[in-house]
Amino acid sequence: MITSEREKRVVLAHGGGGQLTDELLAGTVFPRLGNETLNELLDSGIVDTSAGRLALTIDGYVVQPLQFPGGDIGRLAVSGTVNDLAVCGAEAKGLALALIMEEGLERVLLAEIMESVRATADEAGVKVITGDTKVVGRGQADGLYITTAGIGVVPADRRMHPDQVKPGDVLILNGPIADHGLTVMLAREMPEVKSVLRSDVAPLNSLIVGVLGKGGDAGVVFMRDPTRGGLAGLAADLAKRTGYRVVLEEDAIPVRPETRHAAEMLGLDPLEVANEGKVVMVVRAAQAGAVLAALRRHPLGADARVIGRVEEARDGICEIRTIIGGRRVLQKPYGEQLPRIC
Amino acid sequence: MCLAVPAKLLTCVNGEGVVDLHGSQIQVSTVLVPEAGIGDWVLVHAGFAIQRLDEDEAAETFALLADMERAQAETHHEDAKARKETRGAG
Amino acid sequence: MATVRADARMWVDRLAAAAETLARAGRSVSFMEVCGTHTVNAFRSGLHGLMPANVRLLSGPGCPVCVTSQGDIDLLIELGMRSVNAQNGRGIVLCTYGDMMRVTGAAGSLELARSRGADVRVVYSALDAVKLAAVKQDQGGRGDVVFAAVGFETTAPATACAVLEAQRRGLTNFAVLASHKLIMPALRALLGTFTTEARRHGTGLNVDGFLLPGHVSVILGADVFAPIVQDYAFPCVIAGFEPVQILSGLTRLTEMAAESKPQLENMYPQAVTARGNRVAQTVMEQVFEPIDACWRALGVLKGSGLGVRAQYQAYDAAAKYGLVAVEGKEPPGCRCGEVITGRCTPGECPLFGRVCTPIDPIGPCMVSSEGVCAAWFKYGGQKLEVVSPKGGGA
Repeated sequence: MITSEREKRVVLAHGGGGQLTDELLAGTVFPRLGNETLNELLDSGIVDTSAGRLALTIDGYVVQPLQFPGGDIGRLAVSGTVNDLAVCGAEAKGLALALIMEEGLERVLLAEIMESVRATADEAGVKVITGDTKVVGRGQADGLYITTAGIGVVPADRRMHPDQVKPGDVLILNGPIADHGLTVMLAREMPEVKSVLRSDVAPLNSLIVGVLGKGGDAGVVFMRDPTRGGLAGLAADLAKRTGYRVVLEEDAIPVRPETRHAAEMLGLDPLEVANEGKVVMVVRAAQAGAVLAALRRHPLGADARVIGRVEEARDGICEIRTIIGGRRVLQKPYGEQLPRIC
Repeated sequence: MCLAVPAKLLTCVNGEGVVDLHGSQIQVSTVLVPEAGIGDWVLVHAGFAIQRLDEDEAAETFALLADMERAQAETHHEDAKARKETRGAG
Repeated sequence: MATVRADARMWVDRLAAAAETLARAGRSVSFMEVCGTHTVNAFRSGLHGLMPANVRLLSGPGCPVCVTSQGDIDLLIELGMRSVNAQNGRGIVLCTYGDMMRVTGAAGSLELARSRGADVRVVYSALDAVKLAAVKQDQGGRGDVVFAAVGFETTAPATACAVLEAQRRGLTNFAVLASHKLIMPALRALLGTFTTEARRHGTGLNVDGFLLPGHVSVILGADVFAPIVQDYAFPCVIAGFEPVQILSGLTRLTEMAAESKPQLENMYPQAVTARGNRVAQTVMEQVFEPIDACWRALGVLKGSGLGVRAQYQAYDAAAKYGLVAVEGKEPPGCRCGEVITGRCTPGECPLFGRVCTPIDPIGPCMVSSEGVCAAWFKYGGQKLEVVSPKGGGA
């Protein structure tokens, strides 16, 4: 019953970045569009050209509300795309921005958002080099949707790829999780709450360059940012993609007290909540110390730590060791995150 | 069906209260805990305070949470030290 | 690298010692928890993997979302679809806790209804639904608000308060679809099968004690569970929901079983008192009365639900819209009824993991995020049997 209905219509959970998103892509998109590059399912598509290795990425930004503590859709639209290039080891060379505006959107608000785009692009050292604007009727586009495409260059000697991941590698995270998703959810669902939570949305390219340098990999074999689907989605995907057992240590994963308290109240699991200023690096153990040191020198990596490792078992399972010493499987979330009372 | 969180009651007027969640403040109904006063710890479930908590016990819960965070921070420092030593030796 | 809390280590050691005592006497024990949050948190913390071989923790019918009958869910969906099919804005806004969104009846789920245009909104508090109705009424809007009232005694007082608040504000456009369930009738029904005869034939409940729900106990008080210990002479522990609290509760149950000293222990004294929250009990009794209720996969249990009393009929969606739940048959092969009475594990159900998964659930235990089958599936009940290079456990 449910399967046949979900086969007929898209549901909100299809956009959650979880298992249902995978199912939608596998069922409707990839059979028609699939190709070698797309099928890698990395954050950017990398193509070899006579001009070098180019990385191309695109994202749609539909966040509600448009402005939230710590950022807005404009900052998100730049950071998200810059980060998708940066985690593939690419240096961003330019962004393209498409605005879809709802009739009636206040121009003052639009100006604030464009200012935010500018400020974030400056922070990232990148420019918006082309764009497009459309307006749709009242009731569509929830105020504003932004789609950002980004293009970058990957140094020839940079070979980061999930196939490089080996047992013994460690997972390093740059700071506390769940801030963005919880901030936005509170702002949207419970605007009357006086929240001290702030989104972590930020461009991470300078943080990553601080680790990788201008060329080579500095011991980093693969990187990903835990956006939709959270850290759980990222780690589960990593295990599945590499085929190895990935183990996380629950007590090593930082969560701010105010974030944890809000998550508990809403019945949400911080591991499944989106982040927009976080990166997970898979690093050769021998270079972990150097990577940690480089991260901690940067304001966005002050709280960096090792949160897990890759193990030999070839079962593609992600496991988490809990604070009571137990073990359980960590799965990619299904889709939508809903506040629960249960 | 039992997610309930301890929180400190900041204000309470006519059955409407505000509780503190490590800095964030949410409104809760206090009609089920008429005996609760400002500064008390309460258990919050689905927008209602359902019990006034024994302060010592509640503080103990938060002390345990604080212990966890301290333990995390210590592990963090030990990791950093260990890395330094490894690098020095390597 | 792993930091296991010192108190957790102590409880695990004590659990092992008590289990060892039982093993020397050739005994194994099974305890049952009856709260969906206990189910999820126990699996989530990896507790099951820490348990000695002769100690089992079964999950009972403690997830009120999973035991909400198909018929009741279909009523909710029907109400939701009225806003789609309505003219002149006379539709219904259906407010629900997030837990209910993906639960399925014969007519689909609220999530699907929303994708087809139903005005379904997730609320955190029942009072949010009342406030929505008040705003609608103030603005002269037409159309009603219905709140899906689901949950055990932890949540029922909140619904009662919402009804009283609606009455205080003089709202005519607010009603609740009452689907609350009571824990004691469920325990008695389970224990009704707890006979020597039934145990001999393997058809009855086979437990050696209960891990009791901490937050239901906040409302009801600890004393209400004392008769179980007296009548059945097995230990019961009221426990909170943090991993260490569940672990310590399980350990105390095992210790009491090993010492053959069955007691009722309240291990959540910061929140649970002997008599509970009297104000909450009073408001529940004021607005609701016990009725026979249909539990999904268990059938009708006498006096196990809450119906809105006649004097509050105006806020009773069933009365207001003339709703009667029609129950369908459970899908063939589904063993949810046996799973939630501890007579079979999720893994033993032929549908589990094959045709019944959290994304495509068939039975109620898989549908709800707190259902035991969903928890088993998500947290890999059986997958971590593989020994990792360093061995299992901490």
